[in-house]
Amino acid sequence: MDVATLLGDLRLAAPELTLAGGAMALLMVGVLFGERLQIIASVALALAVTLGAGLALASSSAFGEDGGANLFAFAATGLASLIAFLGARPAGPINGAAASFLVAAGALAIIPAPEGVEAAFNGAFAVDGLSSFAKVVIALSGAASLVMAARYLVGERLAKFEFSVLVMLAVMGMLMMVSARDLIALYIGLEMQSLALYVLAAFNRDSVRASEAGLKYFVLGALSSGLLLYGSSLIYGFTGSTQFVEIAAAVGEEPSIGLLFGLVFLMCGVAFKISAAPFHMWTPDVYEGAPTPVTALFSAAPKMAAMVLFARALYEPFPEIAADWRQIIMALAALSMAVGSFGALAQRNIKRLMAYSSIGNMGFALVALSAGTREGLEGLLIYMTIYLVSTTGIFACILAMRRREGMVEKIEDLAGLSRSHPGLAVAMTMLLFSVAGIPPLAGFFGKFFAFLPAAEAGLWPLVIFAVVMSVVSAFYYLRLIRLMWFDQPAQPLVAAPRELGFIAGLSAFAMFPLFIAPFVAAPGRALVETAAGALF
Amino acid sequence: MYAAIVFLPLIGCLIAGLFRKQIGARAAMFVTTGLLFVSAGLSIITFAQVAWGGVETQIVLLPWFSIGDFQASWTIRVDMLTAVMLVVVTSVSSLVHLYSIGYMEEDPDQARFFSYLSLFTFAMLMLVTADDLLQLFFGWEGVGLASYLLIGFWYKKPSANAAAIKAFVTNRVGDFGFALGVMATFAVFGTIEFDAIFSAIANDAAVTPLWSEQSSAVSETSISFLGMEFAALELIGFLLFIGAMGKSAQFFLHVWLPDAMEGPTPVSALIHAATMVTAGVFLVCRMWQVYDAAPYASMLVTIIGAVTALYAATVGVAQNDIKRVVAYSTCSQLGYMFFAAGVGAYGAAMFHLFTHAFFKALLFLGSGAVIHGLHHEQDMRLMGGVRSKMPWTWAMMIIGTLALTGVGLPMGAGLGYGFSGFFSKDTIIEAAYFAGEAGNEVGMFAFWMGVIAAFLTSFYSWRLIFMTFHGRYRGPSEVLAHAHDAPWVMRAPLVILSIGALFAGAAFFSSFVGDRSEAFWRGSVPAAHASAEGHGAADAYLEQADNTHAEDMQHETDASAAAPTVTAEEAEDEHSAGGAAAPHAVEADHHAEAADDHGGGHHPPEWVRWTPFGVTIAGFLIAVWAYLLNEGLGARIAARGGPLHAFLYNKWYFDQLYNATLVRGARGLGDLFWKGGDQKIIDGLGPNGVAAAAAFAGRRQSKSQTGYLYHYAFVMLLGVAAFASWVLFTASNSGAPS
Repeated sequence: MDVATLLGDLRLAAPELTLAGGAMALLMVGVLFGERLQIIASVALALAVTLGAGLALASSSAFGEDGGANLFAFAATGLASLIAFLGARPAGPINGAAASFLVAAGALAIIPAPEGVEAAFNGAFAVDGLSSFAKVVIALSGAASLVMAARYLVGERLAKFEFSVLVMLAVMGMLMMVSARDLIALYIGLEMQSLALYVLAAFNRDSVRASEAGLKYFVLGALSSGLLLYGSSLIYGFTGSTQFVEIAAAVGEEPSIGLLFGLVFLMCGVAFKISAAPFHMWTPDVYEGAPTPVTALFSAAPKMAAMVLFARALYEPFPEIAADWRQIIMALAALSMAVGSFGALAQRNIKRLMAYSSIGNMGFALVALSAGTREGLEGLLIYMTIYLVSTTGIFACILAMRRREGMVEKIEDLAGLSRSHPGLAVAMTMLLFSVAGIPPLAGFFGKFFAFLPAAEAGLWPLVIFAVVMSVVSAFYYLRLIRLMWFDQPAQPLVAAPRELGFIAGLSAFAMFPLFIAPFVAAPGRALVETAAGALF
Repeated sequence: MYAAIVFLPLIGCLIAGLFRKQIGARAAMFVTTGLLFVSAGLSIITFAQVAWGGVETQIVLLPWFSIGDFQASWTIRVDMLTAVMLVVVTSVSSLVHLYSIGYMEEDPDQARFFSYLSLFTFAMLMLVTADDLLQLFFGWEGVGLASYLLIGFWYKKPSANAAAIKAFVTNRVGDFGFALGVMATFAVFGTIEFDAIFSAIANDAAVTPLWSEQSSAVSETSISFLGMEFAALELIGFLLFIGAMGKSAQFFLHVWLPDAMEGPTPVSALIHAATMVTAGVFLVCRMWQVYDAAPYASMLVTIIGAVTALYAATVGVAQNDIKRVVAYSTCSQLGYMFFAAGVGAYGAAMFHLFTHAFFKALLFLGSGAVIHGLHHEQDMRLMGGVRSKMPWTWAMMIIGTLALTGVGLPMGAGLGYGFSGFFSKDTIIEAAYFAGEAGNEVGMFAFWMGVIAAFLTSFYSWRLIFMTFHGRYRGPSEVLAHAHDAPWVMRAPLVILSIGALFAGAAFFSSFVGDRSEAFWRGSVPAAHASAEGHGAADAYLEQADNTHAEDMQHETDASAAAPTVTAEEAEDEHSAGGAAAPHAVEADHHAEAADDHGGGHHPPEWVRWTPFGVTIAGFLIAVWAYLLNEGLGARIAARGGPLHAFLYNKWYFDQLYNATLVRGARGLGDLFWKGGDQKIIDGLGPNGVAAAAAFAGRRQSKSQTGYLYHYAFVMLLGVAAFASWVLFTASNSGAPS
């Protein structure tokens, strides 16, 4: 491998490298520098990476030769980075800088690969529409979770710079996951993400529940990694390659049992990451035990990364045997929807409830994946993006559930929110309606685009089951809404921090496709179509 | 203007209904009444325009439905038939509004009452201006709703509520048939627009019913219903007539009408005399082309009509409630209209509808005046001799009774001289005679039924007059002391109606059924000269009933070969335009002999002309003998309680029969479905069951979340094992192990 190729490949991995380098640099800053120097160094690093990313984006071919568009891209990067920095700043300057780094990574992910190049590092690392779409969403979601975490960390005396470094490393793992086009790369990305998340789950190490959550997550995660590795080795053994493209060439119409077993193990490993039933058991305990901002992170970005990874790992190497893996995806989808919908009915803790909600939502997303068509992938991306936005908003509301004596997380504590915090209640109501799939809101269209391809592929029983389950799940969303609007408040919550209100409001606003349709829906559809086109 | 006629009452209804608190009861009354009078004035103008100006239009207001091939719109159709109904509805309704201002004086809820009255009028107007069956159905249901509201107006009275429900439920039975008829029409013709249906029938066009691939001529299309094959037109006619039976209180579905007298008396006059109950007659006349081509359905109409005419008359003889007597008389008169339509004399049916509206509204409002004056006493046994206390009311009631019983001298040119009921009723009876003489199996039956009913009508009508106004007063004396004539606001409508009752028959005879009828109706109903044109026309009804198709064919040759006269050409025109061809065909044959007295037409035998007159006089004389000369004789006969009297007094035991079978059966069935079907099965397994199951699943789900790590790992491995086995199983099944 010559130097020029190596440099070219490194440039294609710019977002990951930025995060890796940034994480190291901020770690150094945190360990070595005093308070004052930390501020200066953080600001300087944030400024540098923002400028660099902005310039790189503006000078790239992403927006063509249009000077205005490039200037706008540069300005938007700077502004987003500034907002992220200020939002995450309360937990310390390093957190702010980390948020800026995440925004910068997102900006760099927009830059398309040069013409004719679709992968780096000998084809192990995909750089295409799908990866760049997913990376932007993941990076921004990561930045949002840092912003949401800031005040919480301060309040719970957890404001340590390691938090943001871990988030950066986890996000970096996710970015690698969505680019993985090789079994080894897939595993590296997955582990990178998981190891960081294990630590984050137990970040509040003085809390028994958080430690227990981290430990459970770690042990079961290790088990799932084992399954995944075993499956990978079987696939390698029966096809002779780790690269998706070559596996695809080796898989015939009639695959061997060994290969199928390998595929099953691989799928089980990935299903654990998206917490699809029956690999969901860790989810409620970890969601409940982990610090709330970590839960917010868990429920958003990693899901997107694992879903895209799932899609790529199925569509690229195994299109020939779609009939075989589709059965398993359908079973995962049906089980997840049932578990998510029924499990949430009896929950009293809102974080646990959100855990089941995310299990159910993964089931809905898997319905789209089971179609195995390009439209199915589009539906998956639309659904996941909308899910990410709404779940982030809901967690912003949950993070605002604070009384004077501390955080509360029983659903009864939401009672009377409409009177104490009308703005927050409206945002939360819209978000919940959307997640429940009430028509004019985005969540409905997410479900629509997710189920339609499956229906077109003839999977009617699954689609009908999905619709029935979404009716069941509407119950507990509506119960939350009833609590907020019709019940007497127990004790009022303290005023919500501005940045939480901002995120909740923004995501609630994004649920109105009619209002923002002209600006978002059409170009968004185009983006999703390009992204899905990468695999077809 | 046409839209104003229809929608002014709706505006009045909304104003009175929605803003009654703001504007007060008086304003509500005057607004609704004023708007109704405007509407009535416009209707009369419309009538004049259509009758003498020849205006006919269809105004599309709004599209309504557009589902595949099914198109419907809100339309106002104006032709002669509509114009007649417009005048009847709006004029009676406006007079009833006016009358109600006096009658409802002491009621605390006047605004609601007037709102309902106007709503009813609006619905009726929608019905008569409909251009397709769907809008007609809208109006049909609208009057049903309004009548429910009005009958149950005094909703605190249990009997009023029961009567309202009875009326509604009985009407639903009819409406069900009507709705089936509409559906059958659409299924056969692919449209529900009148003009399209009529031209399809007239040309015997090829239609493709919804259920089949092949098209066939209308007259040869058959339809399978309840496991039997029917000619499509027969079935449609039959189903639509079921609807008409319900609304017009014909035999079997008549039970609601007498009970409907629980409503305030103006309502009885409006709904149960002049308008709503005539909807069925209107429907049959509107769809006359269907009935013309459906001899058996027409026969059914004739039989039911004739039986109703007699049945209601016999029951009327034994009733003691003044309003019930009038109500049964309405029922009986509606029977006349139906058998007229059944034997093909649609013009005569409409004519009787028109005159009947005046004198029946007069009688009802007059009874209302009596009731009002006697402090809401309705039992005739507690009346008597109040003529001196209320001379105006007496005079009005006498006019109404003369008109109802059809007093008149059947001599001279045309039909003779008499009150309005004389012209219309005798026309109908003669039409039935002609039909019977010409061989229509049920024509003679209808004729004799009509004659007997005429006798009974005369008897019970005069009985009412004598028991109420003459003889000795039998009620509590303090009521008599306060007895008085109605105030002018109630008297004026009576006077106006009495003018109609006196002269409407003579004035419009030639237009409706006489020699000018062809120019008058212009095909909206066949200008069948039931009596005036005489024998030939009736012949035609028969032959056409026997074999419409052949007659049509034959007519072409007959008309052109035998009599290339003006009439024959008319017949030609008529044929291509409408389908009223057959009568004219034979008419052309008879033209030569009928030519000399074209105006007078072919007269029936003298005895036929004099029979109704004779029985009317006979009824009158017996009433005089039983109730005037031998006062108390009737009461003694009733007291002796012979089985015949009990039979009649209890209305042939229809209510008891229906109660024992239908009502109790329905209630039992309802209980079964409610408690067994709905609560146990549907709710138990449905909403409640599913909800309980979901909650149970939720609890089980949370319980399975034990918190133990090894449980979780076990579940994961179980999942892996299950999926692996599944893949192994399916892969080996597909025969691809390697």
